[in-house]
Amino acid sequence: MSEEKYALELREITKVFNRGTVNEKLALSGLSLNLLPGDFVTIIGGNGAGKSTMLNAIAGVWPVDSGRVIVDGTDITALPEHKRALYLGRVFQDPMNGTAATMDIEENMAIASRRGQRQTLRRGVSAKEREFFRERLASLGLGLEERMTSKVGLLSGGQRQAITLLMAAIKKPKLLLLDEHTAALDPKTAAKVLEISDRIIEENQLTALMVTHNMRDAIAHGNRLIMMDEGRIIYDVRGEEKKNLHVKDLLAKFEEVSGTEFANDRMMLG
Amino acid sequence: MLAYFSSLSFLTLLRALPGSVAQGMVWGIMALGVYITFRLLDFADLTVDGSMAFGAAVCVMLIRGGVHPIVATLIAFLAGMVAGLVTGLLNTLLGIPGILASILTQIGLYSINLHVMGKSNQPVSVDNYPLLVSLRYVTGSAKSRAFFFLGMVIFLVVLICVLYSYFGTEQGQAIRATGCNPNMARAQGINTNFIKVLTLMISNGLVGLSGAMYGQFQGAADVNMGRGAIVIGLAAVIIGEVLFGKWTVKRKAAFGWTLGAVIIGAIVYYLVYQFVLWLKMPSEDMKLLSAVVVAVFLAIPYLKEKKSQRKGAKA
Ligand SMILES: Nc1ncnc2c1ncn2[C@@H]1O[C@H](COP(=O)(O)OP(=O)(O)O)[C@@H](O)[C@H]1O
Ligand SMILES: [Mg+2]
Repeated sequence: MSEEKYALELREITKVFNRGTVNEKLALSGLSLNLLPGDFVTIIGGNGAGKSTMLNAIAGVWPVDSGRVIVDGTDITALPEHKRALYLGRVFQDPMNGTAATMDIEENMAIASRRGQRQTLRRGVSAKEREFFRERLASLGLGLEERMTSKVGLLSGGQRQAITLLMAAIKKPKLLLLDEHTAALDPKTAAKVLEISDRIIEENQLTALMVTHNMRDAIAHGNRLIMMDEGRIIYDVRGEEKKNLHVKDLLAKFEEVSGTEFANDRMMLG
Repeated sequence: MLAYFSSLSFLTLLRALPGSVAQGMVWGIMALGVYITFRLLDFADLTVDGSMAFGAAVCVMLIRGGVHPIVATLIAFLAGMVAGLVTGLLNTLLGIPGILASILTQIGLYSINLHVMGKSNQPVSVDNYPLLVSLRYVTGSAKSRAFFFLGMVIFLVVLICVLYSYFGTEQGQAIRATGCNPNMARAQGINTNFIKVLTLMISNGLVGLSGAMYGQFQGAADVNMGRGAIVIGLAAVIIGEVLFGKWTVKRKAAFGWTLGAVIIGAIVYYLVYQFVLWLKMPSEDMKLLSAVVVAVFLAIPYLKEKKSQRKGAKA
């Protein structure tokens, strides 16, 4: 047991895809990371750096090859994906991914609010829950509380991401995982969803990991920033030092450590 | 030509129609099972061809062995569930792709059904046993016919109400979420493998029940009676959607009406079947016709989407 209780400990995580084939890819290379409770970490890095793979390793989408994943002192490395859901809230890049399109808004929220419990034969949405969901939805300021029995598939990408955020936070998870969750949205909607993310993290005092392709966002949000390359963390700043960062500092850092230029990458500078 | 038309007796058709409606009601239960796997779980389950005959074989042999038809029919429901369990475990525990897993169960059931019956066909006569359903109730007196249809309608309405309530429970929501978006379901803590197995069991339970009723209805269980059942089930689902799809979505309790539409789809299927027979088209061609109709209607939404995408790309 470590002296300090971390919200998340990644110990020497290694993940190889397609081992033994020509497509063999070392996606995580002995990656370690410790987060304190309440840390809000933004993650940047080039395409294929392993950012999504790191979040997927935490979420248990597939087993890792070696290393441990410890959330709030509990080793969850051996747990299947659906059992880890108790500890985690997740929002994905594709707005289609986080919700069930053919189900009502309130049904999606009800499923999220039972995360980690057994599904019984009780009514899917009770009157009491409905009131709670209405209040949560109203807090988004998008008017969705008036459309609780609409199918989620009828909503825009931004509305779906906002609902997915609510769902992710509804059980106050030990860790919130946001994987480029504004990348598929237009700039205005993206800004709105980011603002909602900030508020939800703050209100619930969540520990969060947020992957973003926008360096300015990475600097402006959270209390800590990490840069990844080739399945490792190559840069890690926090506090005042992070606040005073500029995009050009990050570019310089990337070139210094990885020896390649960012310019030809998908990464957005603005 | 004239001789052909004059040989068609409208009265014969009329007389055959109640039997077709009854048959459609019985097969409609199977179609509900297909709807649950195909539309709700998004799993193409070919187990049904085997579990239909399994339900019939188990039920008929139990009745012949002196078990009351009600009990025998319920046991056939459980037998169908076991068939679904096998497919589910082959898929989730052993990692065999869904369609293949269900074909393996279906093929295995063929031999099992022969063992259950001892031969390929076993009769059960309404003269000797108090069967729950029988074609003879339909062709008999007006009173027995009215009684039969009243009973069937009540049973189907109750069944639809039960399914409607079930799919509104926490467990039912987990099934629908798993079918709609398995990634989301797992991220929300749903054990999608367990849900798959559970749903396959419920679906094949209904198919086994339908088989048990159809065995009694026609007075015999036959090892081949489920052959092509999946296509009939899909046809019923699609006919229901085409005829009532637009209408049901606007209703309150839309899902309940959708289930009702599946049963009506099965009834329409057997009415068309009767009509085609009446036109003296060879009945062997009915399966080909069904397959073509199902293929066309499954293709339509896909082609529509492709067309609108092409339009979008041009714009
Ligand atoms: N499920 C997978 N199967 C095979 N290769 C994968 C898989 N997921 C990711 N990879 C590979 O691992 C590397 C890291 O991917 P990823 O973590 O998605 O990068 P990013 O930092 O852009 O999110 C890439 O080379 C990618 O192609
Ligand atoms: Mg990624």
